[in-house]
Amino acid sequence: MKKTLITLLLCLGSLSAHAALDPAQVRQLAAEDSSDKVAAIRQLTQTADPDAVRVLKAMAEDSLFLAGDQVVIIEGDKAFDGATGAALKMPANPESPTVNNRIRGELASALAALRLFDADASVRLASAQKLQSRVTPEMAPLLARALEKETDAQIRALLALAHAQANLADSDPAARLAAVKALAETSSPAIKSVLLPLTEKTAEPDDKVRHEAIAAVKAINSRLTIAENVGRAFSGLSLGSILLLGALGLAITYGVMGIINMAHGELLMVGAYATYGVQMLFRAYFPNAIDWYLPAAIPVAFFVAALVGVLMERTVIRWLYGRTLETLLATWGLSLVLIQSARVLFGAQNVEVSNPSWMSGGIEVMPNLILPWNRIIIVGFAMFVLFLVWVLMNKTRLGMFIRAVTQNRPMAGCVGVPTSRIDTMAFALGAGIAGLGGVALSQIANVGPDMGQGYIVDSFMVVVVGGVGQLAGAVWAALGLGIFSKLLEGWAGAVIAKISILVCIIIFIQKRPQGIFALKGRFVE
Amino acid sequence: MSNRRNFIKAAVLAAALSSIGMAAHAADTIKVGVLHSLSGTMAISETALKETVLMTIEEINKAGGVMGKKLEPVVVDPASNWPLFAEKARQLLTKDKVAVTFGCWTSVSRKSVLPVYKELNGLLFYPVQYEGEELEKNVFYTGAAPNQQAIPAVEYLMSKDGGEAKRFVLLGTDYVYPRTTNKILRAFLKSKGVADADIMEDYTPFGHSDYQTIIAKIKKFASEGKKTAVVSTINGDSNVPFYKELGNAGLKATDVPVVAFSVGEEELRGVDTKPLVGHLASWNYFMSLKNPENDKFVKMYRDWAKKVKLPNADKVVTNDPMEATYIGIHMWKQAVEKAKSTDTDKVIAAMAGQTFKAPSGIVSKMDEKNHHLHKSVFIGEIKADGQFNVVWKTPGPIRAQPWSPFIAGNDKKKDEPEVK
Repeated sequence: MKKTLITLLLCLGSLSAHAALDPAQVRQLAAEDSSDKVAAIRQLTQTADPDAVRVLKAMAEDSLFLAGDQVVIIEGDKAFDGATGAALKMPANPESPTVNNRIRGELASALAALRLFDADASVRLASAQKLQSRVTPEMAPLLARALEKETDAQIRALLALAHAQANLADSDPAARLAAVKALAETSSPAIKSVLLPLTEKTAEPDDKVRHEAIAAVKAINSRLTIAENVGRAFSGLSLGSILLLGALGLAITYGVMGIINMAHGELLMVGAYATYGVQMLFRAYFPNAIDWYLPAAIPVAFFVAALVGVLMERTVIRWLYGRTLETLLATWGLSLVLIQSARVLFGAQNVEVSNPSWMSGGIEVMPNLILPWNRIIIVGFAMFVLFLVWVLMNKTRLGMFIRAVTQNRPMAGCVGVPTSRIDTMAFALGAGIAGLGGVALSQIANVGPDMGQGYIVDSFMVVVVGGVGQLAGAVWAALGLGIFSKLLEGWAGAVIAKISILVCIIIFIQKRPQGIFALKGRFVE
Repeated sequence: MSNRRNFIKAAVLAAALSSIGMAAHAADTIKVGVLHSLSGTMAISETALKETVLMTIEEINKAGGVMGKKLEPVVVDPASNWPLFAEKARQLLTKDKVAVTFGCWTSVSRKSVLPVYKELNGLLFYPVQYEGEELEKNVFYTGAAPNQQAIPAVEYLMSKDGGEAKRFVLLGTDYVYPRTTNKILRAFLKSKGVADADIMEDYTPFGHSDYQTIIAKIKKFASEGKKTAVVSTINGDSNVPFYKELGNAGLKATDVPVVAFSVGEEELRGVDTKPLVGHLASWNYFMSLKNPENDKFVKMYRDWAKKVKLPNADKVVTNDPMEATYIGIHMWKQAVEKAKSTDTDKVIAAMAGQTFKAPSGIVSKMDEKNHHLHKSVFIGEIKADGQFNVVWKTPGPIRAQPWSPFIAGNDKKKDEPEVK
């Protein structure tokens, strides 16, 4: 291995004159043993030949095949020779060499290294960034050459970092020291793992380098901790927004109207199934616009859930106002009816609701902190729904009527508010908002007939902790519970966290039965 | 008066006739119980097994049935509810009088029905990989024991090709299978020189859907300087949010590979697999295996899905527990024909040493003693299309060790069920 490397290094000067690749090396790419493949990839990387990029790229994209004893690249219905790039006749039965994680990682870093010589600065920048976590000591001379040629300041900085990593195994302590110093400026966990071995006496004989490495790891650690805490706060916020979307509708029906609606979770389910329905509709009729099914699902879910709410209110709940226990039982029965109807209509299995492409992936805030798009969008959506509800309750005539009816029903009736119709409207509003929550849940959780059961407890928890009768209370309780349970989860695990949260809430309700926010002032009970 | 008497006579006659009819009918068929959750958190995995049983029964019936009798499936839904499994099992054995049951996925459901099968001397075929530590006369285990799945997978992760992992995250759903498997794996890792500080164990409840904290923890654990790998024993529909989060959080297989023991082609159907390329699964069968037996099996299931109009019938997949179910039914058929009876004890005796050409490409053999199949182990990497690319396999079938040598005291246990 070392010998081949040295010979290769000797040839480096004359490489630009090379036209085709060494067929033996290309053949070795399809060797049985992974170690042989890795050796071939590394050797091809050293050539810095555009042909090498072509072959390695084909291998990374699974279009490299072995036909007899010849390595061929097959693109669609065309075949090319691996070494020369000449067009070939389509081989009879090509076999694809096994590309496992090890080879894939090796290919990714090889391609990134080779693209450092691309003419396009943006390609060079991208590969310099990609390289950071996968530098091998063999790349040092290649990186040095790339660094020499590079003119762009930003790419130079990245290359210098990569070069520093490659030099960590250098025999000269001064080179290692310089490398460690350069690496201390970063905040990526990958580089931390590169530096960690240097903090041990067995691996790093030079004291100066070791102390520098210890300091560097410490500096990186403190930056990583910041990112970790930001991540934890974000996941708390994200859970809080989901709790809020689940509980906001209940805050209206239970908090404001005083109906204990056990079928609230099923209204979330109705919203989620409505989203599924819209998705299937788009798949069947507008397959090109499938990515936009989700915005279309928002109003549909709202109105479908609101309609179910109206039916529930008109047929069952309106006869039971003021009889809490009966409402509880009746709505629980309704929830069973809804679950079974979903089973009959859509089957007992979970249905698949896919994320639109603009909701997958994430945004890299820091090297060890990626915030997923679907969570960011749901946090935004929760705020949007909250804003709508606030406007509706405080700025519109309907909102004023709802507040009037819930505060003093006979008096509101006396001044001409159609109380019975307002009840229906308010319940429909609560149900519709639950439907919106269902849209959000369909993107992160499984959609099935009994999905609502998991959320009913959480929703009641939020409303009760927040204080009955207050929207603001629900907001604070949702965020508080979200962040609190994420902190506990990080510390004690998901199972213990769930238990402790419930215990804490029991104690909290004992001490403060009215919740965080209690209504003040004169109300007619 | 006479009118009423006539009525009673007619009724008695009708009842007698119908009971004769039923007896005649019962003699024509052999009843086969199907005990898989068709709703709840496990439905994602188990529904396909029910379809496999029904498909195989139809295949056998078309070929003339068993000893000239047609098989008649009795399907019940225990709804991912463990006590309900025991109730439904009792119903199958006492009311429907099934000759054999194919069922269960989670170990907790198997443990729940076990006393029923022992008490009533029934016969259960269990088609899923599990934690071992059990050997019952009334059960045939057609899935893998730990040494046929978990141990080879971890050995692969520690090998050069698997990335030479030095740190391990053992992540699972909180019940008996993940807990026991992780206990065995921990002992195994220790025997290989992995320190306790380099092992992180974490559990989530059934149906858990928020994996943000866990992914963040894995990321932190992986940044401590040694190559880290995740061993996942997450079961049921939690896998969908887990893999979604994994993809969204940018945890790549080349950095931190995740090897799963309960995730196959079926579970990945609802997930965008492009960000998951390279993550692993360890099984004894993959749909992507190329051999005539498998081509036949895949085609048969595709045709079945179209025939019974399964949702997304054009995209159905086959997986390891489905293959194990398929082998189990055929072996049971062979054993019944050998024993010339469906009597539980006679069939159990005839099962020993049965062989069957399995879709995984080997001749699968039921061990003479320990009620487990000899199986080849395959390790596959997830491809962009949701299928698996086999990157490693054992040279031949391995005999199961239900009593793992990595658990203290198991060396004294007998490798065959106790006969009372």
